[in-house]
Amino acid sequence: MIILEIILVFVMLVGAVAAGIFKDLLNAVIAAGFVSFIAAILFYFLHAPDVAMAEASIGAALTVAIFIIAIKKTKGFEEDDEEDN
Amino acid sequence: MRKIISFILIAIIAAGIFFSLEEIPFGAAKSRVREYYLDNGIKQTGATNIVTSVVVSYRGFDTLGEVTVLFLASIGLSAILYRKKEEKRKKRRKSSLILYTGCRFLFPLILLFGSYIFIHGHLTPGGGFQGGAIVASGFLLIMLGCWGWEGINRNRFKVTESLSGLVFVIVGLLGLFYGGYFLLNYLPKGIPNQLFSAGIIPIIYIAIGFKVGSEIAGIINDMVRSG
Repeated sequence: MIILEIILVFVMLVGAVAAGIFKDLLNAVIAAGFVSFIAAILFYFLHAPDVAMAEASIGAALTVAIFIIAIKKTKGFEEDDEEDN
Repeated sequence: MRKIISFILIAIIAAGIFFSLEEIPFGAAKSRVREYYLDNGIKQTGATNIVTSVVVSYRGFDTLGEVTVLFLASIGLSAILYRKKEEKRKKRRKSSLILYTGCRFLFPLILLFGSYIFIHGHLTPGGGFQGGAIVASGFLLIMLGCWGWEGINRNRFKVTESLSGLVFVIVGLLGLFYGGYFLLNYLPKGIPNQLFSAGIIPIIYIAIGFKVGSEIAGIINDMVRSG
């Protein structure tokens, strides 16, 4: 069980870093939702089903949906403006 | 230059977090309030789910504040997105028969599951916030899946939200009237593990479920309909 938890934590880290790196905002939002989903599984393993339920329904479903609606109504890409450093 | 400065700032913040968290014995039994809740929770509140007894009974006033924050967020969002004139919307393609029928078939089942979670909040894991979020995801499904369907009047969400908030405050104020403090559990506690037990806790959690569900569904409705 502990090995599974370690694997999940590392997958979660990969998802979190990917959410920051992706240029396409839709992919970034999906990666963030993936992080929330794994957080929900970890909460369940830590015997906190209440928090797991809230995280799965709000973090992994509703937030992603609201972000996707917002991206659909705006541009959807992050622009590079790194002229000055 | 800017990158170096921001890197140094982040390093300072990380060091501060690391050294302050190092002092805390993580997972050790430091606070005695936890044992108090575990020992006396069922006896004092009648709710078998200790989390619910903490959220609604011991820390009920904090929950009222939390619900108020959500209410303000929803009101602010609809104030920004509200347009009096309905613009001509782009013609939407009607969704296919399978999608349309599937959404309409799943919608009442999701509503049933969400209301099961917030009605049984004092017995099983879950409660008003979780159940309300599940109800709102049902509304999300029907708003995204059934394009032919014209959306719900936004005033209905606002009325449901306000009425359930009023129920919460009035139930709390009745406690002030009966026994001297806000959110006093003045109804009979009943036998633990039964649906009609724990006094005012199920009433408040059902009100919170309606409130959270209508708030989040109202936010999604505003976002889908705007622009």
